Amino acid sequence: MDLVTLWFWLVALTFTLYFFLEGFDFGVDMLRPSLARNEAEEKALTGTIGPFWDGNEVWVILAAGVMFSTFPIWYGAVFSGLYPVFIAILLALLLRGVSFEFRNQVDHQRWRSFWDWMSFSGSVLPAFLWGVVMAKLIEGLPVNADAKVEGGLADIFTPFALVGGAATTLLFVLHGANFLLLRLHTDSELYTRARRAALRWGALATVAILAFVIMGYVTEGLFESFGVLPWVFPVAAFLTLASIWLALSTKRDTLAFTMSGLTIVFATVTVFIALFTRGEVLPSTLDAANSLTLEDSASQGYTLELMTWVGGIFLPLIIGYQVWNYHVFRERVRPDEGALDHAY
Amino acid sequence: MDVLELSRFQFATTSIFHFFFVSLTVGLAFLIAVMETIAFVSADRRQHYQRLTNFFGHLFLINFAVGVVTGIVQEFQFGMNWSEYSEFVGNIFGVPLALEVLMAFFLESTFIGIWWFGKDRLKPWMRLGAIWLVAIGTQISMFWIVMANAWMHHPVGYEVVGDQAFLTDFSAVVFNYKAILYSLHVQGSAWSVAGFFVLAISAYHLLRRRNVAVFSRAFRIALVFAAVGSVFSAGSGHTAAQYAREDQPMKFAAMEAQWEDSKSPAPWSAVALIDEENRENTVSVEIPYLGSILADNSLDASYQGMNTLNEEYQQQFGQGRDYFPAVTWVYWSFRIMVAIGGLMLLVAFAGLFFWWRRRDGLNDMRWFLRLCVFMLPLPWIANFTGWIVTEMGRQPFMVYGLLTTDEGVSANTVPEVLVGLVGLWVVYLGLIGLDIFLLTRTARAGLHTKPEVQLAAAPAPSYAVQGRGSDGFQDYERRN
Ligand code: HDD
Ligand code: HEM
Ligand code: HEM
Repeated sequence: MDLVTLWFWLVALTFTLYFFLEGFDFGVDMLRPSLARNEAEEKALTGTIGPFWDGNEVWVILAAGVMFSTFPIWYGAVFSGLYPVFIAILLALLLRGVSFEFRNQVDHQRWRSFWDWMSFSGSVLPAFLWGVVMAKLIEGLPVNADAKVEGGLADIFTPFALVGGAATTLLFVLHGANFLLLRLHTDSELYTRARRAALRWGALATVAILAFVIMGYVTEGLFESFGVLPWVFPVAAFLTLASIWLALSTKRDTLAFTMSGLTIVFATVTVFIALFTRGEVLPSTLDAANSLTLEDSASQGYTLELMTWVGGIFLPLIIGYQVWNYHVFRERVRPDEGALDHAY
Repeated sequence: MDVLELSRFQFATTSIFHFFFVSLTVGLAFLIAVMETIAFVSADRRQHYQRLTNFFGHLFLINFAVGVVTGIVQEFQFGMNWSEYSEFVGNIFGVPLALEVLMAFFLESTFIGIWWFGKDRLKPWMRLGAIWLVAIGTQISMFWIVMANAWMHHPVGYEVVGDQAFLTDFSAVVFNYKAILYSLHVQGSAWSVAGFFVLAISAYHLLRRRNVAVFSRAFRIALVFAAVGSVFSAGSGHTAAQYAREDQPMKFAAMEAQWEDSKSPAPWSAVALIDEENRENTVSVEIPYLGSILADNSLDASYQGMNTLNEEYQQQFGQGRDYFPAVTWVYWSFRIMVAIGGLMLLVAFAGLFFWWRRRDGLNDMRWFLRLCVFMLPLPWIANFTGWIVTEMGRQPFMVYGLLTTDEGVSANTVPEVLVGLVGLWVVYLGLIGLDIFLLTRTARAGLHTKPEVQLAAAPAPSYAVQGRGSDGFQDYERRN
């Protein structure tokens, strides 16, 4: 495998890990208003992601940084081409990120409600918009002959992009609910509610994912160039999703979480396979000749070599200590009043 | 306003906002790590220092959160607003950026959680290790980003092929003398910010005679920090100016508002009224010899003025334009920064002197304590003005001598950028306001009360020694 291919897949890996990890903390934030009935429960839900969300978010910073250093032209075209989308994502992440710290600094219900609202909408918006971004990567943007992106909002929010957004949002909610099953004390009422939510949102997520796959199949010609049997993908999507339902109803929480995680991995990888098999990182909707190809938008060999060394050393290390972090805070969270101080 | 101006304004202001938070983060992380170390090694002092790390740790976390989120904006903006620039420099510039994420951001964001939330579940040496990793992470992150920035001021280790700069020698980029210089200066400025921050808060409480035993310790550590930081700022700043004279002569001349070549020996202009249109100063109050000293540590050096340089630049880089930066901004920002730097040196060393002469009497020198409280905003102002000198002095180049700013901007539309800019400003102003409000509130409340509320998902840090189970100090004893 040459370095360009390797780094293309490492970009894919960082995005995949980002969606897998931040997916569940977005999910918990999106579920909080409907699950928590009192202050103790609110805090317990935040406590399930408290030590993790920041480390999860760094994966998207890495994704952008790696794109910048290994595919500068792709990075520039996508981030400037989807300007309004990224502004919205940034504003949402700004407000959500501080909500964790700010919410409990002032003992006032209005203040708390405001930040609860920020952490909710600050999660819904990026969850949706990342789906849009992924859909646009497949569908392409109006790239002109100078590798600049033209066009406006109407070019961004196409039906396929909207369905993509709905799919990621619902999938993240489901993933968050499954995560809660691993993090909440099993005899709490909150746990029971989380299970019900998982089943309910799981059904909706299934519909959205299937719609996305079918649309990709029919209108986008997504799987034509895959070089394998195209029906493998919708079937696999369907199987992982169905197994979540089975796992949930037989109370195998770990399996359910693994499966929703796999669905995310699988969906993200599909996007990148679609790009890879066409040899393009960003198709042009104006003229196929303008599409950005893998080779042309990559960095030179020396930079890629350097990045390979750096990545080879640090990625395993990072994954190692992040896993340890999850191990340190593995204890389940219990929302009873008395225990609040201790088992956040 | 066109897309270029909007994007410049946006990048400049979001960077300054980001730096508002991170300069405190970089310095304070170190200070807290030092306090935590003292608490760890010295059983006698543990009681006081443990309360200090909890207290300043609380302040640290409020500020850290905003530093993190505003940093994401910085990272995305390169692609969003400066995609042409990103294409041009990606081969080189992207590497330190990616290294920053890999070596620093993961470290900071993971271990800050382990340090804070691990209060009642990790051994003390692990928590100590965690806070040191955070402190080291902030330094690493500072180094890489400043290095990337320094490359834009003094490109090295590259060759231009077509419309991209290719990397030829990465170690030249890492050991760029400009990078070392800038990072020493930024380091000094971060230590100054944190030193004066802790100094002001401790002085505030000492003035009210609250927890004197605890705050007088914080006050003394902070004095040392502030003194070291000020010396570093002034020393490296002075050196930076001299290097600028060599490799960015236009910036240097703009810092001095020197239109014609200077006399020999060169005076230093303390106050000038600058007429940018006619390229002259209508009034200039000058101090003899100081210009030569600043430029070259000598008593007779002279340097070129902007008019001469403009002609040279036109021959070198193209006739079609002038190469003057915004002189008034650069000139005045430089003066503000240097004045503040001088004042900081004075205050920090006066404090050390009083400590040496009066020992505990320092705690009762009310006028000095009050002065320390009023010093609080100054290091921040020096930071803003410092970046303005550096970045505006580089104009019209984005990458010095290689790429002008108008060549680097994305093909965005005005409404897109304008809407985004307004959105960012609204949110940033809100965040800065809240950050200051919450820091002030928490800092004022002091140690004697347990904060009425908790940090997200964390057991409340109780500063009182006789706290509950979640109190860091008691757990500390139990586990040690
Ligand atoms: C002197 C130091 C310094 C300077 C000049 C900058 N930063 Fe910064 N940045 C930090 C020092 C720092 C930090 C102290 O390391 C932060 C603050 C909180 C944190 O986690 O790291 C940070 C956070 C931070 C983050 C979030 C990291 C996280 O989630 O943990 C990003 C993406 C950036 N920065 C990116 C940038 C970019 C693209 C800059 C250039 C314009 C920049 N920073 C200037
Ligand atoms: C956080 C600290 C920083 C501050 C406060 C800062 C400040 C500024 C200021 C004041 C400008 C406006 C110049 C003008 O428009 O006349 C500017 C522009 C710019 N700076 Fe910085 N800067 C910082 C760090 C960086 C870093 C680390 C980089 C690159 C790695 C960088 C890259 C740029 C770019 C690309 C522009 C826009 C183009 C331009 O107008 O020159 N800045 N910055
Ligand atoms: C006391 C004497 C000081 C001198 C002579 C001085 C000198 C300088 C010079 C010449 C630059 C521009 C470097 C360049 O663009 O090549 C600069 C930048 C800067 N200064 Fe200062 N400075 C002083 C004090 C301070 C203080 C006290 C602070 C903050 C607390 C500070 C913060 C900064 C920052 C953040 C920058 C931009 C980053 C950089 O270029 O390193 N400076 N300073």
